[in-house]
Amino acid sequence: MTHIELRGVEKHFGALHVINDMNLVIEDNEFVVFLGQSGCGKTTTLRAIAGLETIDEGDILLDGKPVQHLKAADRDIAFVFQSFSLYPHLTAFENIAFPLKAMRFARADIEERVRSVAKILQITDLLEKRPSALSGGDMQRVAIGRALVRQPKAMLMDEPIGALDAKLREEMRAEIKRLHIKQGSTTIYVTHDQVEAMSLADRIVIMHEGILQQVGTPEEVYQRPANIFVAQFVGSPVMNMVAADVGEKGKKARVGIGGNGVTFEFPAETTNKLSAAGAQPGDLSLGVRPEGVLISPTAEPGYIEVTAGIIEPLGSHDIVDLEIGGDMIRARTPSGLVSGPGQQVWARIDPVQAHFFETGSGRSLEIAL
Amino acid sequence: MAAVTSRAQRIGRPVSIIAILLVTAIFLFPIYWIGSTAFKPRNVATSVPPTVFFQPEITPFVKLFTKRAQLREQPTQEEYDAAPWWEQAIYDGGERVIKARGEPLLSQYPSRFINSLIVSVVSTVLAVGMGTLTAYGFSRFRVPGADDWLFFILSTRMLPPVVVAIPMFLMYRTFGLTDTHVGLIILYTAFNLSFAVWLMRGFIDEIPKEYEEAALVDGYTRIQAFYKIVLPESVTGIAATSIFSFIIAWNEYAFALIMTTRRAQTAPPFIPSQIGSGLPEWTVIAAGTVLFLLPVAIFTFLLRNHLLRGVTFGAIRK
Repeated sequence: MTHIELRGVEKHFGALHVINDMNLVIEDNEFVVFLGQSGCGKTTTLRAIAGLETIDEGDILLDGKPVQHLKAADRDIAFVFQSFSLYPHLTAFENIAFPLKAMRFARADIEERVRSVAKILQITDLLEKRPSALSGGDMQRVAIGRALVRQPKAMLMDEPIGALDAKLREEMRAEIKRLHIKQGSTTIYVTHDQVEAMSLADRIVIMHEGILQQVGTPEEVYQRPANIFVAQFVGSPVMNMVAADVGEKGKKARVGIGGNGVTFEFPAETTNKLSAAGAQPGDLSLGVRPEGVLISPTAEPGYIEVTAGIIEPLGSHDIVDLEIGGDMIRARTPSGLVSGPGQQVWARIDPVQAHFFETGSGRSLEIAL
Repeated sequence: MAAVTSRAQRIGRPVSIIAILLVTAIFLFPIYWIGSTAFKPRNVATSVPPTVFFQPEITPFVKLFTKRAQLREQPTQEEYDAAPWWEQAIYDGGERVIKARGEPLLSQYPSRFINSLIVSVVSTVLAVGMGTLTAYGFSRFRVPGADDWLFFILSTRMLPPVVVAIPMFLMYRTFGLTDTHVGLIILYTAFNLSFAVWLMRGFIDEIPKEYEEAALVDGYTRIQAFYKIVLPESVTGIAATSIFSFIIAWNEYAFALIMTTRRAQTAPPFIPSQIGSGLPEWTVIAAGTVLFLLPVAIFTFLLRNHLLRGVTFGAIRK
C-alpha cells in the first residue's frame, strides 16, 4: 500500500530549472507514466523520488511521510535503469539476490524468493548465467526481477525498454503490463515514447521544460489535451495545428484557416462557445487529428475541394497531405481512397474532433462541439 | 572462403615475422646476457671473445648468498670431503665461507632483497589504495576546482625527481627518515600516487554510475557500493596500476642510493656496490640481477591478462 505525493518540488541544475513547482499525487497500485521529450525533467523527477537526486525545495511524501532527506537505501523503492545496470561480475541469480543480501535475509529465504521471482519472469533457466551471456530482453527481465524481489513500496522504471529493438520492446511492454496487473505495485514509468505511455499507463503525466503540462488517463490526454504542447506531443501522426478565424455564414459558423479565405463549416453554437471561452480574434488555433479530417472522393454538402499532396501508405490506412489555403493538413483515410498526388478530393473537419487553443498561451479553450 | 593473398601480403608476412623476431632479439639480448653470465664460471664470464657454450654452474648464486674470505691455506682432503657441495664450490674458487660458531654467515643480499620487497609492496598497496579512493572521489562527486586539483596532482611528476633529491635528503635527515623503510615507502608512495590517481580515474570513469545507483536503491550505503561494485569492476585497472607502481618502486635507484645506506637499503643500489675494489665478480652481480628480475616477472605474469586488457581499456573512449 503505497501512496506517493510531490508537493511544490523544485530542482535547479545551475541556471537550468529542471523541475518547476511539481505537484502530483500517485495512488496506491497505480501505474503512472511520466512522458516528455529528453531534458523535460521526467527522469530527474523519478531520480528525486528514488533518492538518487536531491531537490532544492518542496516535499516528497511516501505514505504521507516526507522522505526527501532520506538516503535512497532507506526509502524502500526499487529502480529499473534504462541501461539495465546488472552487475557484470555477478550471475543473474546473484544480481536478483543482491538487494536481499543488503537486507540480510537468510540464505534459504533468498533462494526461495529469487526462484519465485524468476518463475514469474520465466528466467529460471538463466539464473546461473552472467549478464554478458544474456540477450537484451532477458537482461531487462533480470533487472525487473531484482526490483521485484524485495517487494518494494514502489517500482520506478526509467525507460526500461528503450534500449531494446522494436519487436522486443512490444513484447516487453505487454509483459510489464501483465506483471503490473498480477503484482499490483505502485509504479512510475518514464518514457519519451507516447505509444508506450498510452498502452501502459493508468494515468499519464506529461512534462515539458520542467513544468507539468497535464495529468490524466490516456483517453483524457488524447481526447482533451490541456494545451498545444500536449496536443502535438501525444498521438501519431501529430495533430494538425493551424491559425484559425471564426465567422458566420447563414445559420452555420465558418472556421477559416490559413488566412486565404478557405473556410470549413462548423455548428452554429461554435461562435458563442468560443466567445464565452474568451477567444480573441487573431489568437486562435485550430487543432485536429488526422482522423478528424474527413475525406470524400466526390463532392458532398459541407465538404470543400482540396488537392492531395504526398501519400504515405501504411497498410491499414493512408496518411494524405492536403493543401488548404497555403497550410498543409494531414488526413487519415482508408487505404487507397486517394490514388495519387495532385488528385482533387473533398474534405471536411469533424467538429466533434476539433480542438481550439489560444495561440499565444497554448492553453486549450476546452470547447466540446 | 578461399584465401585471397596479394603479392604484397605474401612477401609482407615473412618480412614482418623477421622484423618482429629481430626486435624481440634486441630487447631480450640483455636478459640473455645477464642470465647466461649468472651461470658462467668466473674465468669464462670475462673471456674475449665471449663464450657461448660452457658448463653452467650454480657457484655465483652460492657466492651471492654467503660471506666469503680469501683462502689462506688449502683445506685438507678430509675437510674438503666433509664440506657440503656449496662449500666445496667456494673452496674451488680459492675462497672460504666465513662462519660464526660453525654456521655460515649470510651475505647482505637477502636482507637488501627483502627491503626491496617490503618497500615496493607496501608503497604499491598505499599508492593504489589511496589513488583508487581519490580517483573515485574525482570521478563521482562534484569537487570544486576538480580539474585544477588533478593538474596539481599530475604536476608533481613534471620535473625529474632527482632535482629535489638534495632538499628531500635534508628534510629526511631532519625528520630522521634516512635509511628507514618508512622513509622510502613515503617517497615511493608519493611518486606513484599521482600516476595512480590519473590511471584509476580513467578506469572508474568507465564504470557506469548506474551500477552504484542500483546498489544505492537496493539498500546499500555508498561505501558498501564502492566495495561490492566499484572495486570488483575495476580489478583490471587496479592490476594494471599496481604493476606499473610496483615496477617503478622496485627499480628505483637514485633516491634509494641517496636515502639509504645499510638497514633499509634496497637491492638496486646494493647490487652495483658489490663490484668492489678487487677484480669485479661479474658472475655474482649477474646472479643478483637475475634474482632481482624475478619478482616483477612473476607479478606481471600472474596479472598478465588484466594488464593486456588494462593498458588499452581505461585509455580508450568508446
